[in-house]
Formats: sequence, C-alpha cells, structure tokens
Amino acid sequence: MRVGLFVPCYVDQFYPNAAIATLKLLRKLGVDVYYPQNQTCCGQPMANSGYEHLTKDCDRLFIDNFAEFDYIVSPSGSCVLHVKDHLHDEQKEQQATHIRKRVYELVEFLTDVLKVDKITASFPHKVGLHQSCHGQRGLHLSSMTELVDTPFSKPMQLLNQVEGLEIIQLTRPDECCGFGGTFCVAEEAVSAKMGKDRVEDHLMNGAEYITAADMSCLMHMEGILKRKNSKVKVLHIAEILNAEKEALSE
Amino acid sequence: MSNLQHPALSEIFNRDEDRVNWHDDTLWWIRAKRDKAAQGISEWELLRETASQIKNNVLSNLHQYLEEFEKNALANGIKVHWAADAAEHNKIVHGLLAAKGITQMVKSKSMLTEECHLNDYLEQKGIDVIDSDLGERIVQLAKEPPSHIVLPCIHKKKEEIGQIFHENLGTEAGVSDPQVLTETARIHLRETFLTRRSALTGVNFAVAETGEFVVCTNEGNADMGAHLADIHIASMGIEKLIPKKKHLGVFLRLLTRSATGQPITTYSSHFKKPRKGQEMHIVLVDNGRSVQLGRESFRNSLKCIRCGACMNTCPVYRRSGGHSYHNAIAGPIGAILAPNLDMKKYSDLPFASTLCGSCTNVCPVKIDIHDQLYKWRQVIVKEGNSPAAKTMAMKVMNFTLASPTRFKLAGKIGRWTLKHAGFTVNNGLNPWYKHREMPEPPKESFSEWYKKNNP
Repeated sequence: MRVGLFVPCYVDQFYPNAAIATLKLLRKLGVDVYYPQNQTCCGQPMANSGYEHLTKDCDRLFIDNFAEFDYIVSPSGSCVLHVKDHLHDEQKEQQATHIRKRVYELVEFLTDVLKVDKITASFPHKVGLHQSCHGQRGLHLSSMTELVDTPFSKPMQLLNQVEGLEIIQLTRPDECCGFGGTFCVAEEAVSAKMGKDRVEDHLMNGAEYITAADMSCLMHMEGILKRKNSKVKVLHIAEILNAEKEALSE
Repeated sequence: MSNLQHPALSEIFNRDEDRVNWHDDTLWWIRAKRDKAAQGISEWELLRETASQIKNNVLSNLHQYLEEFEKNALANGIKVHWAADAAEHNKIVHGLLAAKGITQMVKSKSMLTEECHLNDYLEQKGIDVIDSDLGERIVQLAKEPPSHIVLPCIHKKKEEIGQIFHENLGTEAGVSDPQVLTETARIHLRETFLTRRSALTGVNFAVAETGEFVVCTNEGNADMGAHLADIHIASMGIEKLIPKKKHLGVFLRLLTRSATGQPITTYSSHFKKPRKGQEMHIVLVDNGRSVQLGRESFRNSLKCIRCGACMNTCPVYRRSGGHSYHNAIAGPIGAILAPNLDMKKYSDLPFASTLCGSCTNVCPVKIDIHDQLYKWRQVIVKEGNSPAAKTMAMKVMNFTLASPTRFKLAGKIGRWTLKHAGFTVNNGLNPWYKHREMPEPPKESFSEWYKKNNP
C-alpha cells in the first residue's frame, strides 16, 4: 500500500509541525508514505469564493501529484472534503475519480483503513476537541448534534487511546469556529465573534489545549487566543497522537 | 433600508457585543429545544426523509396539484386567484377590499405578504392594516420588518418592547413585564378583531386532494381574524401544496418541533369552505417560484415549510441578526431564495456563511442548504456580480498556486514578511488583524524540512 501525503498549502507554510507529526505517525504505524514535492493547493480557497472555474490548474497539478497512490492522506478534513466533492479533469477524469474515492482525512484513515486500536502516545493534559465542520458534517468523522443518530466520534476514539489525556466537555460540542476560508476576512465581524465564542467555550471548561483534525480552525482560534494573551495552546490532532513521553518535559 | 450589504450590517450589529451574546443565546436556546423535541421521536430522520420525498413529488408535479387544488377549492366555494408576481398579488388583494369599500384589514402572520410588501402597498391605497401576530405587531409598531420568519421580533428586548407599547398603546413608561405587555396587546387586538370586516392569513399547507388549507399559529390570531371577518383572503406561494390530507401527519409533526421545539402548533386550523354569508378567497402567488423551479441546482429550496430552524442553528445568523440579510426572509434559507429574486442585490447573501452545514442537518424537509450556498457563489461570480478586486485577487491566487515554484517562492516571501516586516500585515488594513493575531511564521516550511530530512 503506497500512501501519498497531501499537505495543505497553509499547513506547509505555517504549520509544518502538524505535517511532520502526520508523516511520523503514519511511518510509526508502518505505512509506506511519500510526499510528492510538486503539490501546492487543492483549490478550495478559490472554489469556496465562487471561483471554482479558476481551479482547473490546481486540479491538474493535484492529479499529477497524487494519481499514482493507493491512498491519499491529509491532516485536513476541509481540504479532503473539497477534493472528494470537486476534483475533476476533463482529460484525466479516470485519475480524478480514483483520487476522489481514495482520499482520506488522517483520522478516518487511521480508524477506517488502518483500523488502529492502540496508539502509543502520552499527553497528560486537559484537551478540548474542536469538531471542524467539514470533517464532521462533510466527512462524517463524528455524529452531529442536529441529527437523531447513534453517537460516535472517530477523533475521540483515537484520543481516548492516548495515555493521560483528559477530554473536556464543551457547552456547544459542534459549533463552527467562524474561520470559513475567505469568510474570515470578508465577514470579519461575525467571523471574529464566532471565533471568540468558540474559544471561550474551551476556556470556560478548563482546556489546556485545543485540538482538531483541521489546522485552519485551529489557526483561527490561535489568533484569538494570542490576542487574549491566553496560555492555552492549539495542537493538530496528529501532534497529540504522535506525542512521546519524553517530549513532555519540554 | 440602506444599501449596505451583509458584512457592513453585521459589523454594525456586532458593535454591541452584549446584545450579540443575548441574541445568540436566545436563539441557541430554541435550537436546543428543537434538538430535544427531535430526539424524542425515534423515527425523526425517517420523518424528514418522508417529508422531503413528498415535497419532491409536489415540485415535480406542481402543475397537476395546482389544478387539482383549484378545482376542489372552487367546489368548496372558495374563490381562487392567480398572481404572477408581487404586484399582481397586491392588486388582487386591494381589488377585493375596494370592491366592498373596506378600509381596514387584520392580518395574521404571512411571510409571503412581507415578500410582496403588501402592507406598504395597502397603506398607500389608504387601507389600514393591523398585524395580529404579537411579534409582528411589535415590529409593525416599531416600523421595522420582521427579523425572523417565525419569531419576528426576536431582536427586541422586553424593555424595548415596553417602550414601543408606551409610545403606541399607552402603557406606562418603563413597564417591561411580559405579562402586562401581553395583556395590553390582547386588549388592543381584541378591539381590532371585533371591528375589522376583512382578514388576511397566510397558508402553511394547502391540500390538493380536498381543496382546503391549513394555517398554523400559536396565538389563535388567524382564527380570531378569519372567523369574525366578512371576507377572508388567504395568500399562498404556489409551493405550499401537499398532495393529500394524510400527509399533514408528516408535516405537522415536523413543523413546530423544528421551529420552536413544541410537539405541535397550538392552533392548526383547517379552512375548507366559507361560512354562510362569508367570502373566502385564496391568492396563489408565483413571484419567481417557477423560475426557481427551473433552476435545477436550486429548485428544491421550494420544499421549504418556513420553520426557521436553519436560522436558529446558523452561527452567522445568531451573530448578525435577521436585518443584516436585508430581505424578507433572512438566514440560510433566505440566502438561497433571495438571489433568485434579484441576483445583484442579494449577491452578498450566499457568502454570509462558513458552509458549516448545520442548516442542512436541521432542515425538516432536507434542503441541501449549504451546498446551494456554494452553488449560488459560483453562479453569482459567473454572472459578473462579484467585485473586480476580488476577481483580481483570485486570479493572482490561481497564478501562484498553479505553479509549485511560484507557490514556494510566494510562501517564502510571505513568511519572511511576517517575521521581519510584521507591520505590513499587523495593521488596520488587514481585517484578520482586527481581532486576531497572525500565525507565527516557522523557520522553514514542511517541504523545506522534508527535503532536508528525507533525501
């Protein structure tokens, strides 16, 4: 099984640690993982702004980078959902279809494909789990409070295997953080308020760390936390699932 | 109202953070009640699916159901009128009143008449309209449009309502006790009901099979108006049909649980034929609905039963208020209906969302609201309703992302700028920076790290 690691553009540039943790975690689990170096972006920022017609170059590049792999794995539910829903190419539709069927967000790849039931990680902290909307409502990483359904959560299933980790309960377990791509600047007032409210829920319930399967939501909440001079930190779920015991003293 | 668009109107709403918190909490409380009501029914998801399929059937066979409904309504003694648009609807209503020399009308809640701006039209014609739904009466007195389709004055605090009543209904200054205010409204409306010869109601469901229609209210105000008036006019959008009476068993269970978390509306009143000496009219209004029906990507927005659940759950609506949508119908459903009426004017609304998808999940008739928001964005841009600066920015973004070399270079420059020339982004010109710090630029990108560590 050859796995292509898809690192979203902003993770590559601003949050390399999330990508490094993803790579190391997959290798630790014995996955044959590669990072195609000519990748850039899935095109979501343009598509969600109404410019899907401009994403043809990104689509082609994505296909050229990833068509050869059995699975494509990424530490971002949002970007994966975009690829799953919108990757097309008139000349390479067969490869596009292959990718759409084989692209996985990291958490669901671990729970559904690798069926991981033992994570050797340790993270003795109080952690708030932010349910990123596209991962949750788009990829169904967990049940949703709006639906009458049997409760489940793939991220929680993994976090529960981490030694010492304590999950805090949130007042609103699956409300959006307000990032929303270009929404965060186009609708600055509402976006920032949503971010503040989401962060407050975690703080009020005693989180030391906020984690998620999407770095974009965490980037948004980090911006708010820093403005508040809060000591609470954000960490991508891969960084927690990859946390070693000895690293704790840092 | 001003020509301001959603971002600017929301910014104004957000200047009073306590008020935003109060608005958000109030609507979240209703969303929570809705969840509890839904959880109480084990077959909830099946009910939603059933309702969705019934409505899909209606939309696919609308012409037949409309004719069937008209035939049966006529047989029941109801007079049926057809209005192609808002202007024709208003003209028909005025014509019916003028023919009888009526200058006063009582109206129960009807979002369709808001959509058609009937009150303004009738006022200009010298007809006095009183809204009898308490919330709607309050916003009418305040000379404002409703901010929510089910809870028209949800944006008003009780102290503000007290002030409005003081100015208009003569209550003492400073009184904000809901009991006192409600009693005042009750007396005021009783007088209205008793003296009005004409009543207009909306329609929640019209049954093709029987030619009857159902109006749902919690206050019984539709009944009070209609039963005491000589002439009852019901205005309905052509999409309000259901094929059979038994289907009410599906929709009435869904409607109020979704809207307010109540098991059923207090009054679900069936109107089938006029009583002796009374006239009953129904006005079937298109006003853009048949155009929407022809838009394949957006047609199923016409399944909407106007419960307002998508507004209550929408994190943007809760923090921007209904008036920020500058349209009769606010929130996510308004944002997918409005561009059909005027794409340029409402080009901002499909962008007033993070596409979180919560609206789609609460929708009792399973409209894919957030997917339609995405699709409207594409249509709006393609039809040239997007600002030129944004189009330019997107083209630059595409140019950069289309080439790995350019992307890596741009990333490097961006990170360098953040680190060494932070003032260029950490300022008032950057909307992100207003309430949020920029991310700390790392020493190296992942791809640079990978090159070093994985030769």
